[in-house]
Formats: sequence, structure tokens, C-alpha cells
Amino acid sequence: MARKDKLSGNEAVAIAMKQIDPDVVAAFPITPSTEIPQYFSKFVADGEVHTEFVPVESEHSAMSACIGAEAAGARTMTATSANGLALMWEMLYIAASCRLPIALAAVNRALSGPINIHNDHSDTMGARDSGWIQIYCETNQEAYDTMIQAFPIAEHKDVRLPIMVCFDGFITSHSVENIVLLEDEKVKEFVGEYRPESYLLDKDNPVSVGPLDLPPFYFEHKRQQAQAMVNAKQVILETAKRFEELTGRKYGLFEEYRMDDAEVAVVIINSTAGTAKAVVDELREKGVKAGLVKIRVFRPFPFEELGKALAGLKAVAVMDKADSFSAAGGPLFAEVRSAMFDHARDTKAVNYIYGLGGRDVRTDDIMKVYEDLLEIAKTGKVKSTVNYLGVRE
Amino acid sequence: MAYNLKATTEKPERLTGGHRMCAGCGAPIVVRTVLRALKPEDHAVIGSATGCLEVSTCLYPYTAWKDSFIHSAFENAGATVSGAEAAYNALKRAGKIDHTTKFIAFGGDGGTYDIGLQSLSGAMERGHDMVYVCYDNEAYMNTGIQRSSSTPKYADTTTSPAGKAVPGKPQFKKDLTQIMVAHNLPYVAQSAPFKNFKDLYEKAEKAIYTPGPAFLNVFTPCPRGWRYNTPDLFDIVQLAIDTCIWPLYEVINGEYKLSYKPKQKLPVEAYLKSQGRFRHLFAKENMHMIEELQQEVDRRWNHLLKLCGETE
Ligand SMILES: Cc1ncc(C[n+]2csc(CCOP(=O)(O)OP(=O)(O)O)c2C)c(N)n1
Ligand code: SF4
Ligand SMILES: [Mg+2]
Repeated sequence: MARKDKLSGNEAVAIAMKQIDPDVVAAFPITPSTEIPQYFSKFVADGEVHTEFVPVESEHSAMSACIGAEAAGARTMTATSANGLALMWEMLYIAASCRLPIALAAVNRALSGPINIHNDHSDTMGARDSGWIQIYCETNQEAYDTMIQAFPIAEHKDVRLPIMVCFDGFITSHSVENIVLLEDEKVKEFVGEYRPESYLLDKDNPVSVGPLDLPPFYFEHKRQQAQAMVNAKQVILETAKRFEELTGRKYGLFEEYRMDDAEVAVVIINSTAGTAKAVVDELREKGVKAGLVKIRVFRPFPFEELGKALAGLKAVAVMDKADSFSAAGGPLFAEVRSAMFDHARDTKAVNYIYGLGGRDVRTDDIMKVYEDLLEIAKTGKVKSTVNYLGVRE
Repeated sequence: MAYNLKATTEKPERLTGGHRMCAGCGAPIVVRTVLRALKPEDHAVIGSATGCLEVSTCLYPYTAWKDSFIHSAFENAGATVSGAEAAYNALKRAGKIDHTTKFIAFGGDGGTYDIGLQSLSGAMERGHDMVYVCYDNEAYMNTGIQRSSSTPKYADTTTSPAGKAVPGKPQFKKDLTQIMVAHNLPYVAQSAPFKNFKDLYEKAEKAIYTPGPAFLNVFTPCPRGWRYNTPDLFDIVQLAIDTCIWPLYEVINGEYKLSYKPKQKLPVEAYLKSQGRFRHLFAKENMHMIEELQQEVDRRWNHLLKLCGETE
């Protein structure tokens, strides 16, 4: 029987890791992800896992050790946030290009500077082009469920890419919510055994990993890496289907909330989707045709599917909890708007950058966004494309 | 069994020929000697930091490594190999493998004294059963002979050029071996490829087969960076040892042991003269610098003799 419990996001993810029982975990503490290696090292100390825990001296070494371990044939995990992820940067790209299916719990926190421990998405958004699969989670349950789906996706022979499971620091990582946990055996069976094709510890088939790769082959290897990310979409969907059969909980590339007849919608990532859903409900009660799209899978980006989902709307607000300092809006906006070009060209799109450094975002802030959208829908005119929500200017 | 050069060189090579290191380069000689110390039946996972060794031995689609090999970046050979060793422990515990694998990381002085020092320190402190070998050629050769913290004082490099106002690198060489001794490892040694390679071979064997972390610092000439004629390689190594510029010693569980004491300690001048990177020191106005170098070599050598209980 599945077990009902009340857990913080970090504890739920740590329990998922325990149930997965990976071969190696290498990690370094940073708020708000620190609890994950803390919980996990206790599992190790109590003999509840067979894992080799490597308490490295930095996140750069955490990812380097993960690369060494995964290349050696071990199922490998880590967790980090913000500056820790930034210190891994160089190695994130190398993990992806070596096609090593490492799993990383990315507990979203604002990236320095100035230094700040609270939530926004500037850390993982900065790593969006590192070649990692990125799946974002609204709730503790989603974070737990996604962590269990991580390896079947990442290790699939058509994919073989590292994966980040992203969820909001403090809001999701530290808040305690009701959660349903799977039985250990069910997780074990769902995740399966790791059987890499070639690995360093295969003594009879020695392999060289990470060669110098010059113009004759580099491009072909990058093309294969790009294809793996294309392939990941199907594998993510198949894995979600299998997970639904096991648990009844349904996951896709994104979630459409009250979108059927919607005229205006926000596109949003992670926990603020919960706040925004409450606003949608309130508007719906007043008869306003408001909807919401919550992006779950950001890498690979659901370009076609999202474009189609937004077709026919009058106005869309893309909500970015990160700025890209491009002077042209946040990273999610750039990609969503580009996805709309083929299928939703007549839909007006605006951008709201919100909640940086953990600035609170309340229902009345989101209500203001919908009010702006309704105004755009009515007049057909956009006064300001890129907007900052809840900031003193 | 007593050391026998002929017998050890009859073992199958684990770094094959055909790699692209320069003629007269010390690095492949060091690597092959270290690898010969592996028991032929033992498998090895070998890591390398970015540098001349890595880019010249593993160029896709070729590899000169007969064992399993991994390169990931410049500053992290220690951490990368420590991860592979962790994988070995976990897979052994899970009963998935039952063979013996040994773990060896190679890094140049740049990848070890400088950018990779933290990663090395962490891997050694955590106690992984691995050997880290620094092939010390005293500059960043792969990127065109820039100074490192291992470059000797007054050496002419492309970022410490000998000019009218500044006569080469202003600082003395960092003593990395002492830093590693301070980690209280079971085995730390300083070696060089010379004579019949006995010193390096035996130290490598001890390092590989002593359980726990071990560190080897190996003097490794580079004809491009040091500007010597390729056939002079072994004469230069001999001079470095006989001038006590590069003393050979080992530290086993904290106990120092001198491996070689020159019968007649030579003046540093003999060594400096052998290489173009020190040529400017022989200009009349710079001769006092040679004296300064001599004093520092003497100071460090006398200190080492004390540590080794060999005080003259
Ligand atoms: C993070 C990073 N910085 C700089 C470089 C460029 N780089 C590659 S190898 C190298 C120098 C290597 O020097 P060393 O470790 O002494 O090895 P050698 O080439 O001398 O054998 C440098 C600076 C790099 N690859 N990565
Ligand atoms: S530049 Fe120096 S270290 Fe590099 S391969 Fe040539 S001789 Fe060896
Ligand atoms: Mg060097």
C-alpha cells in the first residue's frame, strides 16, 4: 500500500533517493538544498542504502566526482542550489557531452550577486543550455514523483543525458505538505537496474572517456547530443504513462489548467503556479475565461505542443522568475513567444518578471497580471511588453 | 624481487606508442614507468587533467591508453578519479564486480600545483584508494609555456618573460610535496626518471599498492619549454638531482626517508646552464641571481636533510 505522509520537499526527494538506492552520491551543502545530503548521509550512516557517499570539498568537485562515478558505471546523484550550481557550470556541460545520465536535485535559489538565499529561477535558467534535461515541479508530490521518473528517462538508450529535477527553494523544499509515497519495492521495480553499455569498470572492454575532439568529429557528437534531447520528449511521456499506471498520477510536458475555453492565460513554472491557479478559480467564478499553462518539461522545450496549446487565445502572459538581462525579457518569454510564432501568431504575448530574490508573489499580484491581459484582450493593444511585477521603481 | 629494468620493460606497455607528445618529452616516460609498476593482472582506471599529456594521448577517435581512461577537465583529476573509485567500492559492495581495479590520476604542474590543488587536496583528505601523480614540467606547456607556481625563480616563460626590468619569474617554486606531506597520507614521494628508473618504478609500486591515498611528484623535463636538446633529457634530470634542486625522497606514514644523496653536490650553475630558460642569468649583471638561487636550494636541501635525519 502506498503510504500517506506529511513531508517537506527536501525530505520527500531524499526519500525518493533512498528508495532508488543509487551507487554514488557526491554533494556539497548549500541552502536550501543542504537537507538533501544531510538526510541522505544519515541513510548511509544507518545502512539503509548501499550508496557510496562522497562528501566533496566543493560543487565543482561534486559534479566532477559524479562524472567519474557515472562514467565508471555507477548510478549517481547529487543536489545543489544557486552558487553551487554555478560552480558546477563547466562540469554540467561536460557531463552532458559525455552522455552521463546523472540526476541532480536542483533546489531553486537566486544566484549571487548580491548574495541571497531565497527562491527564484536564475540558477537553473542559467544552466538551460548546458545539455541537461530540466523538469520543474510545483509541489512536494511532484518533486518526489519526478525524482522517481528521473533515471528511467535519463538512462534510456535513446537519451543518455543528465537530468535536473527543479523545485522552489523554501517554498517547496522546506514547506511540509501531504504526500503519497510509493512502496520501496515498487520504486525499485519502476526504476530498474542500471545497465550501462560501456563504462570504465568494465575491465574486459576498456574505454577512453572525454577525448580531445577536434573539427573532424566534434560537430557530429554535438548533433547526436542534440538528437538525444529531441528523443527525450517521447521518453519523458512514456515514463509518465508508466508512472500513471503505477500511481494514477498524471504528468505531461506541461499542465493545462482550465484552458479549454480560455481567452487569456499565464504561462508559469514551479510553485507560483499554485498561487496562480487560485486566481484562475476566482476569475472563473466571476465568469472570466482565464486559464493557466504550467511548464513542467523545460528541456527538451515543448515547442510544438506549447504553441498549439496557446493557439486561439487573445492574450498570454509569460511569467519569468529570472531575468536574462537581454533587455528583451526573461528566458521563458523568449522561448514561449518563439513557440507561439507558428501556431499562435495572433495571440498577444507579454512578459512579467517577478519574485526575484524571493520577493513574495501573492494572489493580488497575479490578479493584476490577469487584469492587464483582459485589457489587452479587450483593446487588442499591448502597452508594455516586458514588465516587472511587485518591484519598487 | 630485486628491481630489474629489462624484466620490467618486458611487461606489455599500457601507454602505447603513436601518441603525439614531442620527441624528448619527459611525460610519457614518467607515465610508462609508473604504469609498469601495476601488476599485469590488475585493471586500472586512469584519469588525466587537461594538459599536454591528455591532449596528445587521447585524440578522438584514437587513444594511446590500454586501460580505462577518463579526462573531464583541467582542475579536477583528483575529484574525477575519486568518483570512479567511489563507484568501484559501491559496485563491489553490490556484488556487481569482483576484479581488482587500481586508480591513478595524472596532472601537470598547472593542473596540480595551481588550478587543481583544491580538488587534489579534497580527494587525498577523503582517503580514496588512489594515486595522484603530478608530472611536473614547471609551466603550462600545453597553452604555450606560461608560468605556474611550480616554475622556478627567474625562469623565462611567456607570462614571466625575462626583460630589462623583470628578469623572469619573480617568485620561488612552491613546495607542493610538503603540502601533500601535511595531508598525513600513507605515502608521499618525490621522484624523477633517471638512470635505470628504479627510483620511480619502486615508488610508483609503493604508491599504487599502499592502501589509501598516495601522492607522487615527478620531475618531468620538457624540451620545448626548458629549451634543451632532446637527447639531453637524462643529463638534465641527473643534474637536477645532483645539484639538489630536485631531491628524491619519500614520506611513509609521516616518516621521511632520503632516497638519494649525491656523492658530490654540484653547484646550481651546472643545471641552469643546461637550459635556455635560464640563459639570461649568465649575463654579467645577473650573476648575483645565480647566487641567490644557490642559497635557496641549499636552505631547502639542509631542511630536508634534517627532516630525513641525515643532518651533515
Ligand atoms: C578551466 C580551464 N582554464 C584554462 C584552460 C587552458 N589550459 C589547458 S591545459 C593548460 C595548461 C596545462 O598545464 P600543466 O597542467 O602544467 O600541463 P602541461 O601542459 O604543462 O603538461 C591550460 C592553461 C582549461 N582547459 N581549463
Ligand atoms: S610541449 Fe613539452 S610537455 Fe608538451 S609534449 Fe612537448 S615536450 Fe612534452
Ligand atoms: Mg606543466
